[in-house]
Amino acid sequence: MAYSEKVIDHFQHPHNMGSLDKNDKTVGTGIVGAPECGDVMKLQLKIGPGNVIEDAKFKTFGCGSAIASSSLATEWVKGKTIEEAMKLKNTDIVNELSLPPVKIHCSVLAEDALKAALADYLGKNGQKVPDGEPEKTKEGVS
Amino acid sequence: MKLPIYMDYQATTPMDQRVLEAMLPYFTEHFGNAASRNHVFGWKAEEAVDKARLVLAEAIGADPREIVFTSGATESNNIALKGIAEMYASKGNHIITVQTEHPSILDTAARLERQGYNVTYLPVRPDGLLDLDILHRAITDKTILISVMTANNEIGVIQPIKEIGQIAREHGVLFHTDATQAVGKAPLDVNAMHLDLVSFTAHKIYGPKGIGALYVRRKNPRVRCAPLLDGGGHERGMRSGTLNVPGIVGFARAAQLALEERESESNRLTGLRNRLRDTIMHGLDQVYLNGHPDRRLPGNLNLSFAYVEGESLMMEMNDVALSSGSACTSASLKPSHVLQALGVTDELAHSSIRFGLGRFTTEEEVEYVGGKIVKAVGRLREMSPLYEMAKEGVDLKSVEWSEH
Repeated sequence: MAYSEKVIDHFQHPHNMGSLDKNDKTVGTGIVGAPECGDVMKLQLKIGPGNVIEDAKFKTFGCGSAIASSSLATEWVKGKTIEEAMKLKNTDIVNELSLPPVKIHCSVLAEDALKAALADYLGKNGQKVPDGEPEKTKEGVS
Repeated sequence: MKLPIYMDYQATTPMDQRVLEAMLPYFTEHFGNAASRNHVFGWKAEEAVDKARLVLAEAIGADPREIVFTSGATESNNIALKGIAEMYASKGNHIITVQTEHPSILDTAARLERQGYNVTYLPVRPDGLLDLDILHRAITDKTILISVMTANNEIGVIQPIKEIGQIAREHGVLFHTDATQAVGKAPLDVNAMHLDLVSFTAHKIYGPKGIGALYVRRKNPRVRCAPLLDGGGHERGMRSGTLNVPGIVGFARAAQLALEERESESNRLTGLRNRLRDTIMHGLDQVYLNGHPDRRLPGNLNLSFAYVEGESLMMEMNDVALSSGSACTSASLKPSHVLQALGVTDELAHSSIRFGLGRFTTEEEVEYVGGKIVKAVGRLREMSPLYEMAKEGVDLKSVEWSEH
């Protein structure tokens, strides 16, 4: 199967690869997936005043499409508010990266990781999760 | 050194120029149908087929009349299992095979199960070898066939075929081996090893695709095999269809070259393979070898790189052709059944890479691939949340993951 040029570009030059301090109150961490399924995604967001996402970082164990999906997701949410970021849909990632059907789960994982990170931040700060409640929240992995 | 590098010789091999040269006249000048008995065009084709049949028979210590030409090893495996099951149905309905077999055995066996046969899929030890005691105990008075591959396509492990043949013979059970990966690479002798049926193919030994063979024993015992195809009754009634004369000529030439060069090539490949393994193992920690260290094909190396997913590693190695047991590389989204049978965790199965070395692999290529793997795994581990967690001392097994 051939990869789209955008997938290859994100894979070779990932945007926002790295980690933030998960113990920082202004950082939300989402970890989704499972090693035995072949993909685990960690997405972290640093939230500033006005609920604006100031920084985003990812680390991904998975195929090239999973890495590209998380790279793209971090790029897209930077500078957005939590409410705006909540609206990101996996289908946006599918379209941008031209993912084939067999790789759609990579985009779902990126959406889940984003929502889990937001939920983690909101939980830490005693705020409620706005509409579009995430199904999965991963925390306490430390 | 030319890029990209081909290091997937267990998938297929490039055709040797010498094989191509042997085949060419049989496409145009000597195009006859080997079954045409009444003119020189047919005779010429038949003569070439007879010569090829002799070469291929000698390659496995057989009689030329025991070689049945097919389209490849998948067809040979199908004829062996279905043909024996049908022909010996009155004698019994039990077949024994192994969990690490190729899909052309496993899926054929599964079809026979749906038709009412009983199939036992034997487990293997963590090194990939079959435990002969377990085989012993699996045989019943209803067992008609044991099918065990000689060398595995993913991990290259070579089974104790002679001992298995001995056990089958003692119990009066027929023994089939899928020798697709082994012919021309490991010694094979149908009489010394008590083989009753053997599948093999040309394209794994630098011959053309689309031509294979099934050895079917003619005496002690005489093995009968029902055909899959009805037609002109070619190949002693076991495989109808006009013979692929250029393919057969190429197959024989390829087998001849493989045998002539087997020993020197085997030593050369073992050296290169070990060098690749050592370069990688010295450059990286947490790399695991899949399959027995020595009882394997000289050109096979199968490694799992913890915390790195196989498909992403192949993508990083974009100028090297490799293969992975990762689910992401298959349509089924399941990781390698062979590695699972060895007890390799799904996580490490997703992290596995098969390096297949062969006739045209050079020292320079091995050097390049070894160095590049070390760098690639390093970069992907930097990107891996699992590697980060492991470094922080998190026990990954204790984490409650969200399956999706």
